[in-house]
This record gives sequence, structure tokens and C-alpha cells, in this order.
Amino acid sequence: MSGQVLSRRGFVAVSGGAGAGLVLGFSLLGCDRRAEAIGALGPGTLNAWIRVGTDDTVSFLLSESEMGQGTHTALAMLLAEELEVPWDRIRTEHSPADQDLYGRQSTGGSTSMRSNFERMRVAGASARLMLIEAAALRWAVPASECRVADGRVEHDDSGRSLSFGELADAAAGLEAPESPPLKEPAEWRLIGKRIRRLDSPSKIDGSAIFGMDVKVPGMLTALVARPPVFGGSVRRFDPEPALAVPGVRQVVEIPSGVVVAADGFWAAKKGRDALEVEWNPGDFGDASDESIRERCRSMADDGAVVRSDGATTSALEEAATRIEAEYEAPFLAHATMEPVNCVADVRADGCDIWTGTQAQTSAQDIGARITGLPTEKVRIHTQMLGGGFGRRSRNDFVADAVEASKALGAPVKLMYTREDDMRAGSYRPVAYNRLVGGVDGRGMPTAWEHRMVSPSILLNIGARLQDGVDPTATENAGNLGYSIPNIHVTWTDPGLPVSVHFWRAVSNSQNVWVTECFLDELAAAGGRDPVDFRLALLGDHPRRARALRLAAEKAGWTSGAVRRTQSGADGSGATRSAMGCAVAECFGSVVAQVAEVEIIDGVVRVPRVVCAIDCGFVINPDTIEAQMESGIVYGLSAALYGKISIENGAAAEGNFDRYPIMRLREMPRVETHIIAEGDALGGIGEVGLPCIAPAVCNALFALTGEPVRSLPIGDRYRS
Amino acid sequence: MPKYSITVNGTIRAVDVPADTPLLWVLRDELDLTGTKYGCGTGQCRSCAVHLDGEIAYACLVTIQSIGDQEVLTIEGLSDDLSHPVQKAWLDVDVPQCGWCQPGQVMTAAALLEEHPSPTDEQIDEWMSPVLCRCGTYGRIRTAIHRAARGGDR
Ligand code: FES
Ligand code: FES
Repeated sequence: MSGQVLSRRGFVAVSGGAGAGLVLGFSLLGCDRRAEAIGALGPGTLNAWIRVGTDDTVSFLLSESEMGQGTHTALAMLLAEELEVPWDRIRTEHSPADQDLYGRQSTGGSTSMRSNFERMRVAGASARLMLIEAAALRWAVPASECRVADGRVEHDDSGRSLSFGELADAAAGLEAPESPPLKEPAEWRLIGKRIRRLDSPSKIDGSAIFGMDVKVPGMLTALVARPPVFGGSVRRFDPEPALAVPGVRQVVEIPSGVVVAADGFWAAKKGRDALEVEWNPGDFGDASDESIRERCRSMADDGAVVRSDGATTSALEEAATRIEAEYEAPFLAHATMEPVNCVADVRADGCDIWTGTQAQTSAQDIGARITGLPTEKVRIHTQMLGGGFGRRSRNDFVADAVEASKALGAPVKLMYTREDDMRAGSYRPVAYNRLVGGVDGRGMPTAWEHRMVSPSILLNIGARLQDGVDPTATENAGNLGYSIPNIHVTWTDPGLPVSVHFWRAVSNSQNVWVTECFLDELAAAGGRDPVDFRLALLGDHPRRARALRLAAEKAGWTSGAVRRTQSGADGSGATRSAMGCAVAECFGSVVAQVAEVEIIDGVVRVPRVVCAIDCGFVINPDTIEAQMESGIVYGLSAALYGKISIENGAAAEGNFDRYPIMRLREMPRVETHIIAEGDALGGIGEVGLPCIAPAVCNALFALTGEPVRSLPIGDRYRS
Repeated sequence: MPKYSITVNGTIRAVDVPADTPLLWVLRDELDLTGTKYGCGTGQCRSCAVHLDGEIAYACLVTIQSIGDQEVLTIEGLSDDLSHPVQKAWLDVDVPQCGWCQPGQVMTAAALLEEHPSPTDEQIDEWMSPVLCRCGTYGRIRTAIHRAARGGDR
């Protein structure tokens, strides 16, 4: 939705709540429906983006979820840029869920800035004009003689000025300007600047409230005993041993398992430990990594065609050199630092849900479906998210909580232990890839065949596929950007019992690894330098070539292994290091990374990563750097250690002992270089991730001569 | 249920819970001190770090019956106004992302600086590596600790 092209821009004010003088908002709704939508939210609850308090504080109501990616700070920068409000007066909060006012609320795909860049500035500019208008009316001067500075409207000729808070009530009664003019980029004083996060203070004094921190009166705390295998179900259970635990109040069954509800977490945990459940094993009780792998391999030739250029089969037959490889990536858990959870209160007259969700509209739909209440009676109170990475758009935890509250007849905090969270499925899909590449006598690639077998996320969330292909499974594989004359790519869903979901960077997380590593294999087959090889093939993608050149230059690129130090006279303890590179385009941005990798006494270490990010232009450079570091750590954790293994139909890993994530001592030095040459704004929350695994694996290939064709690296090398 | 009286952030608090209840759940569920976070429940992530008589401790592993007269300090008690040197440095460097691990990071860093006012990189590695961060704030944590050690200078 573009704020500048709305023809029926609505404006409605709500006043009466303490400190709530002015509400501005835009939507496609007519004024009546908008007023009704606001009315349904209750007095003092605001549905637009800006609320000016009579005490001069300015609250921004943001429909995107803050899960660490810094979106609230960046959205606030856009609003404040046009509103001209001092930064220290700004408060941010999650808006309520309201599809009529905000559209479908879902934070994912690195889209928050791209979809709100104009919308937020228009909202800020319109509010500013209304405050000016209110002052002009009061002073009986032309609005053109008034200006805004530092949270006040000023009239220079008379020397008068009024604060936003003093004008809030009057401004609230005015019409919203149709198409407020926006500042020219040269006039920006916030956009493009290094601005500190608004949420940092509350996150380091313990006052930030996350989903798990919510407490409502009369609330029980519950855990769910779920089937010990994927596809299992409850046969019968004996609640008595659980009810005998002091503090346990009720034991009830819901679709996902048996709920033990107690006065607090510890009693719920002990109650669940005591509970006796007999399970139906379902159809997949003997599923294992091995059976999944065999199934995937057996289906590699059956895929739907994603892309077919030229005549790949004959080109492969004619190639001077032919390389074949199988690349395998495992299931991965998101392992958000805060395990998922949800507080729900289902009553006859409505349902309230407090949770850290990435998908408010779907949470509302789930609440309405389970309770039978109309959607507007289901209120979503979004809390801070202790990590999202896609996991918190699944909302299975919302369904559990609503079901539990309904069955218990009480408000309930539905918790997941770390083990519950890690074994709940919704993983990054496992991926089996069979590749064949052909190289000509000059060492350049002539043919590329890539067959993917990997579960479909879209099918898992109940969506439909077009032409038999899930586009969320084939990113950076189907649209391989290298100029190779013959390309054939297929994909198929193996129909596995383990649920999959969006995981940071989605299929880019495995496909960039597969394609960038296999490309290095082809480069090596032709005796080519990996950077030069890529540059020769990136004629159609100058932004990728530019990013790769920059990363290579800043890293001081050298190809092949380099001997760094030698401690023993016999060469023992010698450190050899090598660089590896990768480049990718996704979420509207381009990233290239060079990783420096060494193996010391058999242990893989990554001391340095150079990252070039081209995201079009810059809103907050500090956030871009933070997100590159974040994506690199998340991707490196996965590359080094990440694996959910399926044993006897269940996930073997339950906690960080068997599912390690990177620690501070392993943190590479990350150097981020931002390219902002005026291309369209790109996302940054995910794009830092896909290149790190291939950059590290390509460095290992250079170091050892052995390609790394399965992840995690730790399965072959100690890390 | 047994009754316990413990000192938290300088105040004596009475609770009535089973003897094996971990301090973490006493803080979060009984005393509404939700700044101390749950991440694993098994001593592997240190989101739950608190100080017990000035020493770093895992609130998910320490039971209420073992506290006795040791003083408990949680993130809420570290300072009233973000004035602890670690908090100041954390703000200057803008460390947090999602924030869930941050109370544990800050409490651990505060204990580190008590022990080693000018820590080396190796000491930072040793003290901070038990504290997991899924968002990858490690580089900034290292920078912030050095900054706090230098009294806030860059
Ligand atoms: S919750 Fe205590 S160490 Fe993880
Ligand atoms: S800031 Fe998110 S886990 Fe550390």
C-alpha cells in the first residue's frame, strides 16, 4: 500500500484517554468504517501510527514485530523524520492487530522497511501538517508562516510557539492532508544516520516485557505433554499422578496433547513429569535420518522442472570435464533464545492473546477459529520477541494456548521448555541435492544440472503450489545468476512427516551453500581462481560483481592455502589458512562475503569475515552492521554445528548440549562494507546469512582439496 | 509448603514454595522479577545469570533451599538508572538485538569486571563464552566490556 496514492485517506481522532490527544492514521477505509474499527479497539487504544500525548511524548504504534532486527527504531526514524519530533520524546509500542487498519500483519521476508518506507514518512508528514494547521488556526495566521522544529510549532513573525502536546487535541479534529509533500533526501536529518536503538535501555535493565514475562490475573501456567514421535497422538492418559503434585490445578486434553496447568512453571513441569500418557505411535515411528535420506535420494529424478535453458543433457555429455556431486543439508531448529510461549484468556465475550508473534493477523484468525468468536473479539497484544527468525510466524504456540485456555476455562500462560521448542518441528527443511556440472577445455562451465529434493514450506502451511514448484524452496537455485549456457533445475517434495517452516533466509540458507560450493568445484576443475571465475560469469549481474569485487579487495583476497605460522621444528602445530568467497542476491539486496578459515589441530576456526552488503541505500548504518553480524553468526552456527537428527520418528536434539550454537570465543572479526549507490531499498535481516556457509566451506575446500558436501562441518571436522 | 526468606536486591522476600524450586522460577513466578530469563533450564545458556553474594550463578540450577542467607542480585537490582558501568557501555555500543540473553550477558560482564577490572580478550572469552546469544551480539559485547573497563572511553 502506498500512502501517496490513496484516494480516500481516512482520518479519525480518538481523545479522552489520558495523554492521548492526537491519533493519525491512513487506510483504504472510509471514515465510518475507520471510526468503527477504532471504536472496537476501545478508548485510549489507538490504531494509527502516531499518538501525541498531552505531556508532549509521542508514541509510535508499529504493526511490525520487533524481534531484534531493529525495525522499531528504523520505523520510528521514518516517522520522526517527517514529524520533526525530538528523538528522546519518542516511545514505540506494538500496535494492536487490525487488518482493516494495517493490512495483514506479518513480519518476515525482510520486508518491513521496503513496505513502510513511504507509508511511515507520509504518516509523519501528514501529522506535522495537522499540528501546523492547528497552531495557525489558534494564532489566526496563515499556516505557511508557521514551521515545526524540535517538537514545537513556531511562528517566527510573532515569536509565538506551542508544543505538540499543547496542539494535540486541536489537531486531532482536523482533516488529514491528502498528499503531504515529503522531504528531499538532502533534507533528511535522521535517515542515513547512525541512530541508537530505542529498545536498548529496557533490554539491559530487565524491564522489557517479552511474551514469557506477561502475567494476567488468575493466570495458570501450563505445559503440554506432546506425542514422543512426529505423527503420534494421545491414546489415553491418567491425570491422577499429575494432579497429586502440589500446585497442579487441572489436566486437560487439547489437539496437540495433554495440558498440565498449575500455579507456576515448576509445578507444571513436575506435574507433566508425573503424568502418565499412552500414545498412539502414528505412521512414522521408525523414521530416521537414514530413511529420510534414502527417500530423498530415490526421488531426485522425479522433480518438477524449475528452469531449463539450452540442452543440458547433451552439453554435459560433450563437456571436457564433468563433475558430479551430492550436497546434503540437515533439518535445523530456530532455537530462538526465548522458547516460544503464549498467554491466552478465552472468555464467552472475547479472547485476549499476549504473545511475541511474527504474524498477528494469523494469530487472530487462529483465535477466532478455535473460539468461534468474531475476529474483532480476538485481541492480539504483541510483546517483545526473544528472537523470531521465522519460528514465531508459525503460531502453533498460539493455537496451543487458546485451546488450553478454552479447555481450562481460565487464562493460561502456555510455555514450551527448551526441549519442547526444539522438538516441535517447524524446521528449516532438510535438502538433498544432486548436481552435475560440465566444464570446457578453457575451464569455463558449459552445463549445470541441479536436482533438489526438499520439503515444501508452502504445502506445510496449507498453501498451494503453482506448476508443482514451491518458490520458497528454490531461491538462488532456480534463478542461478551465472552465465552458463545450459541450465536444468528441478525440485520435488519428498512428503516427510516432519513439519518445516520459514527459517531465517528460507531456502537461500541451503541453496546458496549448494550452488556457491558447487561453483567452486567447477572453478577448481578448470583451474580457475574462484573470484575471477565468478566475475567472468556475472556479466548479467553487475551489482553482484561489484559486491564480490569489494569484499575480495577489502579481504586482501588470495586463492589457495597459505601457511601462516609454524611452531614445531617438524612442522607440527603449523597453521594453514585459506579464504573462501560467496555471493548472493536475495530479499532485494546483494551480499558477498570472504571468510578466512584455519584448521588448528584438526579444529576449524573462522577468525575473520569480510562482508559487502548492497542494500540500495541506507536507513541506519548501525542496524545494517548489526544485522550482518547477526546473520553471519546465525549462519555460522548452522554451518559448524546445526543439525536436527531424526531418530525413531522424533528429533534427537532437545537442548544446547546436542544442538550447540556459537559462543563468544568463536566470534570472527566481522568487517562490513556498505554499498549504497541508489538502487531500490533492500532487506537486511536475512541476507547476511546465506553466504557464510559456502564462504567457509569454500575456504576448507581450498585448504584441504576436499569439497564439503554435507553440513554441519562439525560432522567431518571438529569445530 | 516450606517457607523461605531470601534477600533479593537488598530486600527480604518471603516465599512459600517446594524446596527443590529453582531460584529462576521463584524470581519470575513468585516475585515478578522477570528480568532474569529462562533459556534452557539446564545450565547451558546462562540467560538466567544472577549474582549470589557477588558470584555469578545459574538461577535455573540453584534451588531455593540452597540459598540460605546469600544475597541475590538480579538485573533489576544492578542499578536504578542504567548507571552501572556495564550498562552504560552497553548503551554506548548499542549491544542488544532481541534482548532475551542480555540480562545474563550484563550480569556476567558485571561479575567479570569485579574480578578483573581490566580483562584481557582471553579473560573475556573465558567469562563470556558460557552466555549464549542467538542474535550474534558477541562482537559488540567484547567491545562494550573493554569500554566499560576503560571507564567509558572509546
Ligand atoms: S536457563 Fe539457566 S543456564 Fe539456561
Ligand atoms: S540479543 Fe537475542 S539472544 Fe542475545
